[in-house]
Amino acid sequence: MSNNETPGKSTGLHLGEAKPGCEKLDPILVIDNVTKSFGGLAAVKVDHLEIPRGVITALIGPNGAGKTTLFNLLTGFDSPDTGAWSFLGTSLAGVPSFKVAQMGQVRTFQLTKALSLLTVMENMKLGAKDQKGESLLTSLIPGLWRKQDAEIELKARELLKRFKLDTKEKDFAASLSGGQRKLLEMARALMTDPVLVMLDEPMAGVNPALTQSLLDHVLNLKKEGMTVLFVEHDMHMVRHIADWVVVMSEGKVVAEGPPDTVMKERAVIDAYLGAHQDTDLGVVTGRINIITEEGEK
Amino acid sequence: MDWGIILNNTLAAILTPTTLAFALAALGLAMHFGFAGLLNFGIAGFMAIGAYSYAISVLTFGFPWWLAMLMGIVGSILFAILLGIPTLRLRGDYLAIATIAAAEIARLLFLTTSFTDVTGSADGLFGYNNAGGFNDANPFPPGSYGFGPWTYNRETLWVVLFGLVVLALCVWLLWALMRSPWGRVIKGIREDEDAIRALGKNVFAYKMQALIIGGVFGGLGGIVYAAFANVSPGVYVTSLTFFIWTALLLGGAATVFGPVIGSIIFWVLQAFLSNVLPALATAGILPISSTQASTLRFVLVGLGLMLLVIFRPQGIFGDKRELTFVK
Repeated sequence: MSNNETPGKSTGLHLGEAKPGCEKLDPILVIDNVTKSFGGLAAVKVDHLEIPRGVITALIGPNGAGKTTLFNLLTGFDSPDTGAWSFLGTSLAGVPSFKVAQMGQVRTFQLTKALSLLTVMENMKLGAKDQKGESLLTSLIPGLWRKQDAEIELKARELLKRFKLDTKEKDFAASLSGGQRKLLEMARALMTDPVLVMLDEPMAGVNPALTQSLLDHVLNLKKEGMTVLFVEHDMHMVRHIADWVVVMSEGKVVAEGPPDTVMKERAVIDAYLGAHQDTDLGVVTGRINIITEEGEK
Repeated sequence: MDWGIILNNTLAAILTPTTLAFALAALGLAMHFGFAGLLNFGIAGFMAIGAYSYAISVLTFGFPWWLAMLMGIVGSILFAILLGIPTLRLRGDYLAIATIAAAEIARLLFLTTSFTDVTGSADGLFGYNNAGGFNDANPFPPGSYGFGPWTYNRETLWVVLFGLVVLALCVWLLWALMRSPWGRVIKGIREDEDAIRALGKNVFAYKMQALIIGGVFGGLGGIVYAAFANVSPGVYVTSLTFFIWTALLLGGAATVFGPVIGSIIFWVLQAFLSNVLPALATAGILPISSTQASTLRFVLVGLGLMLLVIFRPQGIFGDKRELTFVK
C-alpha cells in the first residue's frame, strides 16, 4: 500500500502524543463528555475528541461502535444524554439540526436520501442557502427570486458536471442508480457551501470505478479548503485519503493518529481490522491457496 | 326511465355550490397530502370550523358577512396551529390518526347540547346569510339565469359566482406557491424531511405553513358551503373527509387543477348514479328497492376509489412518473 499518488497528506495535526483525545493544533470540532445510551446500552461515550480543521478525518470502527450515532448527535439529529460540543467555537448542544446545517456543518446519510420524486436539478437547488423565494411571502412574487434562482441553477449545473450527472438534470432522482444517488447526495450537500462535510459511508455500495472518482471528489473538497469527516469501512480508502484516523469501539474512542501508525496499533487490529487485513480472503478461509502472495508483497 | 332528466341532473352537477365547496376542500388536501405529504384525515373538521366561525360570528356577535367570513379564515388558521404544534413532529401515519380525532372532537363540540345557544346543537345554524347581509350583497336582480342544466335563481347564482371567485384565487395561490422555491422545499419535505433538515431548512415551520394554507382552503370550502346551505353538524362527518379524499385522488393529489376536476367528476358521477340507479330499480331492471339503489352509489364510489388507487394512483392529471402511493 503506497501513498505516493495521494497529493499533499497533511501531517503535524496534533500536539503531544497521538493518543485518544489528544489536542489538535487547529480543531474545528471539539467534543467533550458526549454520551448517549439506548436502554441500558451506552451507544456513545466520548470523553474528549477534537477534529482537525482543513483536513480529511476518517472515523472507523466495528459495526455498532456508535459512529453513526455520534454523527447524529453532532448534527442535531439526535440529542445526547450528557455532553457539550462546539463547532468553530460555537456551542452546538441543543441546537436543532437545520441550524447546524445553516452554520456550515452539512452531512450525508448512510442510507442515501435522494428526494425521489423531485428532478435531479430540483434536488440540487434545494441545497442552496439563503434563498429569497423560500420564504412564504416573497415566493409569491417571482421578480424577487428569479435572478437568484437562475444563479443557483448555473452553480448546480457546474457541480453536476463535476459529478457526471449533468445529463440526468431533468430526470427524477428515483431513476438514478444507487451509486448515482450517492453522488447526487454529495453534490447536493456541496450546494450549501459547507465548512465541514460529514459523509456517512460514502463508498458503501459503489462500484470500483465510481469509488475512484468519489475519492477524487473528496480530495477536491480538501483542496477547496473544506474539512471532511467520514465514516468508512473501506480501509483502502481510509489509508489513501485520510490525514487523520479516529477509531471507535463500543462507543468510545480507542485510538487516534495518522493512518499509517494507527492501523498498526494492537488495539485497533484486535477491535476492528483483524489480523488478516492484508491477506486475500481465500487464504483466510483456507479455500484458496495463493502461492504468489509473498511475491506481491 | 327518463334519460332527459337523468342527463340534465348529471350535467347540472358540474357547477353547483357543493361542487365548488368540495373543490376548495380538495385543494386544501392537495396542499397537505399531495405537496407536503401531510396525511390529513380531518379536512371535514377544517370545513366545519370555517362554516361555524362564519355563522357564529354573524348570529352571536353580529358581524357583517365579510368580516364573519374573515373570522372563518382566522378560525381555520387557529385550528391548524392548534393541531400542528403537537402533531407535526409525528410520523405521517400518526398524524392521520391525530387529525381524524381532532376533526371528530370539533364536530362533537358543535353537536353537544352544552353550547346550544351558540352552535344550535343538532339543529345547526341558519338565517346567517340574511342576518349578515350576504344575501343583500347579491348584485343580481331577481330572475332566472343561465341555460339548460345550468339554470340558477339569483340566490344560487350569487353563491356560485362567489364560490368561483374564491376558488380561482385559491387555485392561483396554490399554483404560485408550488412553482416557487418555497414549493420546492415543501415537495422535498414530502420526499424526505430529514434530508431537507440536513440542508438547513426549518422543516417544522414549512410543515406548519403548509398545514395552515391547506386548512384555510378547507375552511373556505366550509364557508362557501355554508353560504348555500344551513350549517349542520351532520354534514361534517368523517365520511365527508373520505369523499373529499376520493375527489382529490380522482384528479391527482400532487396537481393544482386535479382537485378541481376531481370534485367535478365526483359530483357528476354521484348525480348520475343517484338518478340512474333508482330509475333502474323502479323499472325493474335492478332487483332492489329504489332506496337501496340510491345507497348503492356509495358502494360503487368505494369500489371506484379502490380501482383508482390500484390502477391509476397518480390520478387523472398526475404525472405518470409521480406515483403518490408507490414509493
